[in-house]
Amino acid sequence: MVQMPHKHQNQPTGTPDERVARHLKKGASLLAVLHAIQDEAGYIPADLIAPLAQAMSLSRAEVHGVITYYHHFRSEPPARVTVQLCRAEACRSMGTETLAAHIEGHTGCKFDSGHQVDTELETVYCLGQCALSPAMTINGELHARVTPQKFERLYEAARVHASAEDLV
Amino acid sequence: MTRIYVPCDSSALALGADRVALAVAAEAQKRGIEVEVVRNGSRGMLWLEPLVEVETAEGRIGYSNVDDDDVAALFDADLANGGAHEKRLGVVDTLPWLAKQQRLTFARIGITDPLSTDDYVKHGGLEGLRKALETDGDAACEALLESGLRGRGGAAFPAGIKWRTVRAALAPQKYIVCNADEGDSGTFSDRLVMESDPYMLIEGMIIAGIVTRATKGYIYVRSEYPHAIATLNRAIDKARDAGWLGASVLGSDKAFELEVAKGAGSYVCGEETALLESLEGKRGVVRAKPPVPALVGLFGQPTVINNVITLATVPIIFAKGAAFYRDFGMGRSRGTLPFQIAGNVKQGGLVELAFGVTLRELIYEYGGGTASGRPARAAQVGGPLGTYLPESQWDIPMDYEAYAAVGAVVGHGGIVIHDDTSNLADLAQYAMHFCAVESCGKCTPCRIGSTRGVEVIAKIRAGDTSPKQVTLLRDLCDTMVSGSLCAMGGMTPYPVLSALDHFPEDFGLSKKPSQKAA
Repeated sequence: MVQMPHKHQNQPTGTPDERVARHLKKGASLLAVLHAIQDEAGYIPADLIAPLAQAMSLSRAEVHGVITYYHHFRSEPPARVTVQLCRAEACRSMGTETLAAHIEGHTGCKFDSGHQVDTELETVYCLGQCALSPAMTINGELHARVTPQKFERLYEAARVHASAEDLV
Repeated sequence: MTRIYVPCDSSALALGADRVALAVAAEAQKRGIEVEVVRNGSRGMLWLEPLVEVETAEGRIGYSNVDDDDVAALFDADLANGGAHEKRLGVVDTLPWLAKQQRLTFARIGITDPLSTDDYVKHGGLEGLRKALETDGDAACEALLESGLRGRGGAAFPAGIKWRTVRAALAPQKYIVCNADEGDSGTFSDRLVMESDPYMLIEGMIIAGIVTRATKGYIYVRSEYPHAIATLNRAIDKARDAGWLGASVLGSDKAFELEVAKGAGSYVCGEETALLESLEGKRGVVRAKPPVPALVGLFGQPTVINNVITLATVPIIFAKGAAFYRDFGMGRSRGTLPFQIAGNVKQGGLVELAFGVTLRELIYEYGGGTASGRPARAAQVGGPLGTYLPESQWDIPMDYEAYAAVGAVVGHGGIVIHDDTSNLADLAQYAMHFCAVESCGKCTPCRIGSTRGVEVIAKIRAGDTSPKQVTLLRDLCDTMVSGSLCAMGGMTPYPVLSALDHFPEDFGLSKKPSQKAA
């Protein structure tokens, strides 16, 4: 999930048909095309579904089904700061649930409840850092052995960084 | 010119290795010391990351847990010549944690630059492929069978049988698919291969292609592994430039092409048929078997689908011979398994050893006990669908059959350790919750059973410990085990029932044996 360009990407230009055409590559699967769209726009805009379905000879239901089946694809633009915290077994053994409560308290947001103000908290299951738990990403950047203090430092830095990008 | 190694795998990066590499280069320049910074893979001693090494006449000297703030002080202590410092570990190759291992698959890991084709060949790379090109395909399948290599993704199916089936199948196009959807908590050996020694996976897949007459391969990597995806893509490009991939593999008349496909955050896509659906661009819904993918796989064509470690182990088997590999291990579990020591553990990382080692050895001799310093209480082996083993089972040898005899699974050798503050009822409820979140929804026992499971466990934990509830939970688990289409629903009861059997007190139940057996 990490490489998602976060906000920050320029708003994609062109009509929905043009935007779909840009990402269609010969032999590419629907997943690959959806990744390309989301990598550019940060999410899968609803107005691309119909042209995408038509271009790939699929029904809109099939495209919608794929988008909503996979946790990675989003139908809304991402928040300025997205925190993904691993809540799987290895991280649980190292107190990720306590950390999750701390993160909710510090940010004033709830996990898996969508956008709140400028932050979104997401549960993920395993970032592959199970020997260095708990693990998380903030705006795509991976961090291991996260403590409440480390979280606060990284989170505040990410917010400052996101604000600075807004001014550009 | 002094060579200084700073790992580039994602564990090291997650602890600031990029900043360390920059600081090393900057500090060396400031002091006028000529340094080449090599971004090597990880040695698998993850608790020591970022582990910086410097090449000296004595060998490569390691410095552990280096932060960018430490770099100036390290140079003050003559880092470039392996000088003394509190973070100095000595010669890395001789550290007992590493030296005691039997690294066959992971022989090169951390030593080489993952993207250097020269490094790869210098350290034994391509020997297996060259042998495979000279070997008759039927004989190659027999050799793989003789090596005893079984699917390292967890199912432990003999790789040679799969390959033989695909080789014998007649079809216009066959495929090699690598399952790199390593979604199980407590596992990272696939990731380490992809990030730290990607060419051995590529080599293994080319061998599979040549032996089974498949000319196209896909590596399906989970989207949570962007670093692995990036490394693989670069490695594939370089392998193509080097003539390892393409229309003429190493100048032979054999062709093989390879590409990376990115998953999208679905645990069940680690199940082979769901993975194939996903690779075809569809929802990752499990297919009924038979037909097996070896006959009707990707796009309906015969397909070898193997896990990363299985394919990455193929080159050494071909390079050194089936007997060499087979002579490690015990019983019907031949060769080595890269154990992954994870969770609440002091010295977490990758320990490759022959089958037969015990959990106790792994937890204490390698793991050094818990990170919290409290007594270890339970270990979950084989991922979220594996059982929780209480201390009384920690002396069983790691062997597929010995584990199966007590209802446990070795799986891919992932081990998550929990200390005495853990609550196994909570973990059991979590197991059901995870199944509810990640179920593909195709079969009822998994889709509905998991949600009912969460509810029943919650009721028991809330104080309704009547035999009725416990019977209900066991009955539900029985339905899931017997009635689910794949391991997602079929094995979620493993952690649940093992928690209930071995740690009933966490559910508010008494430890009386009468409540055990169903």
